[in-house]
Amino acid sequence: MELHELTITQAHEKLVNREISAIELTEAFLTRINKLDKEIAAFLSVFKDSAISQAKEIDNQISQGQEISMLAGIPLAVKDNILIEGEKCTAASKILENYVAPYDATCIKKLKETGVVFLGKTNLDEFAMGSSTENSAFKITHNPQDLSRVPGGSSGGSAAAVKAKECISALGSDTGGSIRQPASLCGIVGLKPSYGRVSRYGLIAFASSLDQIGPLTKNIEDAKIVFDVISGKDELDSTSVEKPKLQTTNYKLQTIKIGVPKEYFREGIEPEVEKVIKKFIQKIEKEGAKIEEISLPHTKYALPCYSLIAASEASANLARYDGIRYGTPNTEHETSNLLDAYLKTRGEGFGDEVKRRIMLGTYALSSGYYDAYYLRAQKVRTLIKKDFQKAFQEVDVILTPTSPFTAFKIGERAKSALSMYLADIFTVSINLAGLPALSMPCGEVQGLPVGLQIIGKSFREDEIFEVGSFFEKLNS
Amino acid sequence: MISKKEVNHIAKLARLGLGEKEIEKMEKELSLILDYFNLLKEVDVSGIEPAFYSDERFKESPARDVMREDSVEESKKAKKLLDSVPETKEGFVKVKAIL
Repeated sequence: MELHELTITQAHEKLVNREISAIELTEAFLTRINKLDKEIAAFLSVFKDSAISQAKEIDNQISQGQEISMLAGIPLAVKDNILIEGEKCTAASKILENYVAPYDATCIKKLKETGVVFLGKTNLDEFAMGSSTENSAFKITHNPQDLSRVPGGSSGGSAAAVKAKECISALGSDTGGSIRQPASLCGIVGLKPSYGRVSRYGLIAFASSLDQIGPLTKNIEDAKIVFDVISGKDELDSTSVEKPKLQTTNYKLQTIKIGVPKEYFREGIEPEVEKVIKKFIQKIEKEGAKIEEISLPHTKYALPCYSLIAASEASANLARYDGIRYGTPNTEHETSNLLDAYLKTRGEGFGDEVKRRIMLGTYALSSGYYDAYYLRAQKVRTLIKKDFQKAFQEVDVILTPTSPFTAFKIGERAKSALSMYLADIFTVSINLAGLPALSMPCGEVQGLPVGLQIIGKSFREDEIFEVGSFFEKLNS
Repeated sequence: MISKKEVNHIAKLARLGLGEKEIEKMEKELSLILDYFNLLKEVDVSGIEPAFYSDERFKESPARDVMREDSVEESKKAKKLLDSVPETKEGFVKVKAIL
């Protein structure tokens, strides 16, 4: 087996048994990036030298007979909205083109402690706003399965890098589907943990009541390994909590109650995608799983509800990019006043989609419209949460398609903001409700991957992993 | 629907300098999106509490419960943070004249 094919557990075993060195492993991926990334364009920066020296450190530890952790020497990529001290962090925006991170994000700090090797930073839609990675100010990432298609987004660079085996695993962030949807479109595994499970300290904020950091990996086992390291309470993110990580034992497919919401198979879903998902559900039913049709009646309101709340929070979070605290100062107009400087820096520094969302959010929060838009959306959010609470009284996990369609052509949806928003129609309600959800490959339509979304109860990632592992075995 | 005048007003509130063409484009696009948002108007929300807290625990416990201790310590990040600021003067963030 070639080195870039290895999963985390496989690579770890080979490192421990001294079949391979950490340097060989890292170099295999750097070579691969060098060879493939001109076409795929998953990376915004590659840390060749520091990656090699990190790997060397692990080799030293191994040769001294030290015990190494599961992630030691494992080459990882990181979405470029997560801070790694001393490295650029651009959020794929012109306004942060030269911004160098002054500290490590908490998840990065934790990964560094385990001895992970960071290969580089991956492309995204500017400030994580988008579903195709076409909104980056720097480059468009291509889907490794079909280069004429998008990898999904906004963690499209991370998903493409994992799929193209340019890294073993990657970190992404998910505000409305930004880990799960690209995982689905690229045919890999992506987990959005429960709200509060992973510290967001050092993540460039988009919508703070929705954002979560999570792993993109080759399989479920790897997702669990990375999740275990990055999760936990952090005093630097007051929304993070210490919840016991439950271990499910003697879990049997036959004893799990699985809910399938009928609203997810009504409108917007491509018939071929629906067929693949339904076929898969039949397959697990044959294995003895109890499938129950459930109803999440407010599903159709999730997308406008999410778009409004996310845009509102974004308009506040992005106020800091003013050319004074961040961004390029406006030196051409020395005589201009403060307001003009703001207008110019922000008008030139942000891309179209970011401006659109700042405008929408500012509108929804502005005097006279607050009640009609923002407040109403927050009330609808309560109803969406209640739908899930009710459903989870009957079932253990919920299955849905991750995306209504497979990877679309580059340029196909970029012209219309609304048609792009529809890419997240099956993922946004999970963020609104703060639940954990994972996307895993479950079939193909004309050679393009279809993702299955497994939604769990709050803080029950363990059940998602168990169920996912069953499905993975069935599919192999 | 949103008028050109409103787009100009919102752009100013948002501190976004938009060109004439951008304003026109924004007027069309925002109108379409706001139209779609109107879907929320058909939901009966009477008597429903807004979900300002994505996790109930924030609602149940007073905010101070999730705050860390208010202790003074020296930050090692200060210099690095200032280094990432576009313009500084004598250890302060430089701002353009307001008046």
